[in-house]
Amino acid sequence: MARMKFICDSQRCIECNGCVTACKNENEVPWGVNRRRVVTLNDGIPGEKSISVACMHCSDAPCMAVCPVQCFYRTDEGVVLHDKDVCIGCGYCSYACPFGAPQFPSQGTFGVRGKMDKCTFCAGGPEANGSEAEFEKYGRNRLAEGKLPICAEMCSTKALLAGDGDVLADILRTRVAQRGTGAEVWGWGTAYGTKAGGKEAGGKS
Amino acid sequence: MKKLALVVFTALLLGACGERPQSAGGANRDTPPYMGTGVAAFTVPGWKAGDKTSWELALRARTQFGQNEYSRGN
Repeated sequence: MARMKFICDSQRCIECNGCVTACKNENEVPWGVNRRRVVTLNDGIPGEKSISVACMHCSDAPCMAVCPVQCFYRTDEGVVLHDKDVCIGCGYCSYACPFGAPQFPSQGTFGVRGKMDKCTFCAGGPEANGSEAEFEKYGRNRLAEGKLPICAEMCSTKALLAGDGDVLADILRTRVAQRGTGAEVWGWGTAYGTKAGGKEAGGKS
Repeated sequence: MKKLALVVFTALLLGACGERPQSAGGANRDTPPYMGTGVAAFTVPGWKAGDKTSWELALRARTQFGQNEYSRGN
């Protein structure tokens, strides 16, 4: 059974924001909502590192754990999705998520918080696959079309990878073997530095 | 006795490499993606809607060959 995952290779990400744009365009994401965004550490300093962040489709998703109306569900492929018809827009998931994935569009005259919106791994929602209702609420269902999420498929440097976790691990392993250096993926060492050798934040993980 | 202890210890050690069942989550109310969308124009050829294995293989190949330039023979 495939278990869908994202991984971003910080050694390759060039902060072009193409993934963000592609996601917004493909899924017609509402104003004020970015399902995906690029985060840069040490911006402007030589050696800066960027990664593209969205919902990581956690195996033990905290959003799912805190949702009071249980609008979340996990597909057999390991994609964490939610039902907007059930969501009450309380925002608990936004506090629980360590990646800031859940987003809330402003709705109506007074800009009240609307239903939660997040990355769907381009897998739509509970509505019929490829239906208009599904597209309007969740965006395109590319998985049901035999495709991978648009953000990863159009990434020009192939920094952002999406697909079965096993295959992604193989790809990254090949890269690391070719480079002959560390994994360079986002990790504790990248963000906070390592004790060993007294490396500064932004070093290899 | 020593051997038995070693076997038990190894078994316990390897047991830690296992995975917790990932059954958390609400009721799955979605149609599986391998059922397709029914819109041929947007569907990638090479797999049959409703056939889970063919969908998985097609997606696996797309993941590998579309994203791993090292596996491409140019």
